[in-house]
Amino acid sequence: MIKKSFKCIAATAFVLVSAAGCGSAPDSGKNPENTITVLNYGKYFDEEALEQFEEETGITVRYEEYESPEEMYTKYKAGSIDYDVICSSEYMVQKLIEEGEVLESDFVHMENYKNLDESILNLCASYDSDHVYSLPYFYGTLGLLYNTEEVDAATVSSWDCLWNLPVKNEIIMENSVRDTFTPALVSLGYSINETDEERLKEAVEILTQQKKDDLVYAYYVDETSDAMIGEEAVIALCYSGEAALAMEENGKLAYAIPDEGSNLWIDSWFVPKTCQNREAAMEFLNFTCRNDIAEKNFEYVLYSSPVRSVSENMPEEYRNNPAINPGSEVVKNCEIYTALSDEVTAVYSRLWQELLSY
Amino acid sequence: MYKLRQQFLAGPYLIWIVGFILLPLLMIVYYAFTGSDGSFTLEYIAAAFTSETNRRSIALSLELGLICTLICLVLAYPVAMILNGMHLKNQGFVVFLFMLPMWMNFMLRILAWKLLLSKNGVINSVLASLGLGRVSIINTPAAVVLGMVYDFLPFMLLPIYNAMTRIRTDWIEAAKDLGAGSVTIFFRIIVPLTASGIISGIVMVFVPSLTSFAISQVLGGGHVLLIGNVIEQNFMQGAQWNAGSGLSFVLMIFVIASMAVFGMIDRDGEGTAIW
Repeated sequence: MIKKSFKCIAATAFVLVSAAGCGSAPDSGKNPENTITVLNYGKYFDEEALEQFEEETGITVRYEEYESPEEMYTKYKAGSIDYDVICSSEYMVQKLIEEGEVLESDFVHMENYKNLDESILNLCASYDSDHVYSLPYFYGTLGLLYNTEEVDAATVSSWDCLWNLPVKNEIIMENSVRDTFTPALVSLGYSINETDEERLKEAVEILTQQKKDDLVYAYYVDETSDAMIGEEAVIALCYSGEAALAMEENGKLAYAIPDEGSNLWIDSWFVPKTCQNREAAMEFLNFTCRNDIAEKNFEYVLYSSPVRSVSENMPEEYRNNPAINPGSEVVKNCEIYTALSDEVTAVYSRLWQELLSY
Repeated sequence: MYKLRQQFLAGPYLIWIVGFILLPLLMIVYYAFTGSDGSFTLEYIAAAFTSETNRRSIALSLELGLICTLICLVLAYPVAMILNGMHLKNQGFVVFLFMLPMWMNFMLRILAWKLLLSKNGVINSVLASLGLGRVSIINTPAAVVLGMVYDFLPFMLLPIYNAMTRIRTDWIEAAKDLGAGSVTIFFRIIVPLTASGIISGIVMVFVPSLTSFAISQVLGGGHVLLIGNVIEQNFMQGAQWNAGSGLSFVLMIFVIASMAVFGMIDRDGEGTAIW
């Protein structure tokens, strides 16, 4: 018996030792003088523009990609590579700022900072009041993708269409907590960052009623655009980027942001604590704000860019597409998600599960 | 000396078990019995029964699991009898045929069902072109049961078929000689002799259908919240590790209890020998 348990302990110890061995592997992430390591979402930077940057500045870019903000967080926290510049969604940037992982930088005095749209910068102020931590890269909205043959533009001008659409089983909602709460909260006139439990309960009542009335076809995330292209539903709650993709596949689809306002998301650059080459990092960020480069990246990604010249110089069909260019009036009406405390997150997820279990 | 070397060879497997099964299980138990501040609490275990959401999900999981198991049994038993009655020379080939669909990833097959069943999917297009009505079972519990039955049917069929191949034809002949009718033979000989297969089939279908969450995610479209989905939501969306672990712990007890009950019925323990 004693022998047996000793073997167990030995095995466990072996696991621990080998795990520790991995952790203390030689530090391969050290950057030579003129190299920067950039971490960005997949397919989120024009490769030609990257090459142009290397040619113009002589700085070598080691470019890495990731899929989701959570994956980025894990990659960054693992610490095996020292990233110089990272781009991510605003809530993840907020989280890292709060954790003290982000360095202060003098973005405001960068040569191309003046190219950025004031209204977007004002929205960034909700989590980065002095604009020292983050630099917006692309932004977009949460809105309604709809089939123009079944629904007219007047209907989708208000979130109310989600609660009183005359046809059944024709609405796709988001299968994610906050995005589905947003229309209900906005309909009630509350903030999309509401923390009061009673108000959140009111929002859930609206959503539960919507489900009880058999209005919801499904709660989807990634499947939304495919389902809308296949005309399985007439209205879907979804993000502008996804909507733009779906609209390219099916000409009957259009995108609208209801007049009451919505959520606006911003993907921003930030300089993490691991930065080894700050000068080159700032040079890279200044480069991304240059008009011609922003336009190049816009054509590659087709999301809304905070660089003003992009919306000024884009072709007519893009400018009239609210999925690509929401327009400044809409942007003023929108709110950014702010990070919620653990207690509020728990309330949200409890109410969300109540909704789903009906 | 020989014995020592033999034990040494088990080392990698032991490390595997400790690192990837035992430690995660201990972590689940730890999280299940502690609050977010790390202090001991039974709150999250109790939540499995006190929260209406959880009660409803557990009830739905049990209901769909039982329906799925029953349908699998009703489908698989006659098929096993027919296959056994065919007296095929190459029995391995039959088993191969039933294993064949399992070579493809089960998620892919469920995604294929989604395309087949969706509102403007293949089945509805065919029905519409024939002038027949539409089926709209996608995003309902019926679609989830269909997916589960499709996925888990081989787990019911193979143990029953295995048990049947062990019934010797002379036993049946002897029964006939002694004047038993086919109904008597079925209920007095075939069913008792395949009981172990039935029981292991039931366990192998009921347990995965009770704990499944991916099938209900894909074919339920957010309308079917099984207990597996609640756990997944707790971990992935709400960052409620303690609540998720509490539910996982309760679910494990359900699974162990159901296996223990069936294990007691199946005392000879032959049934699980399908692998």
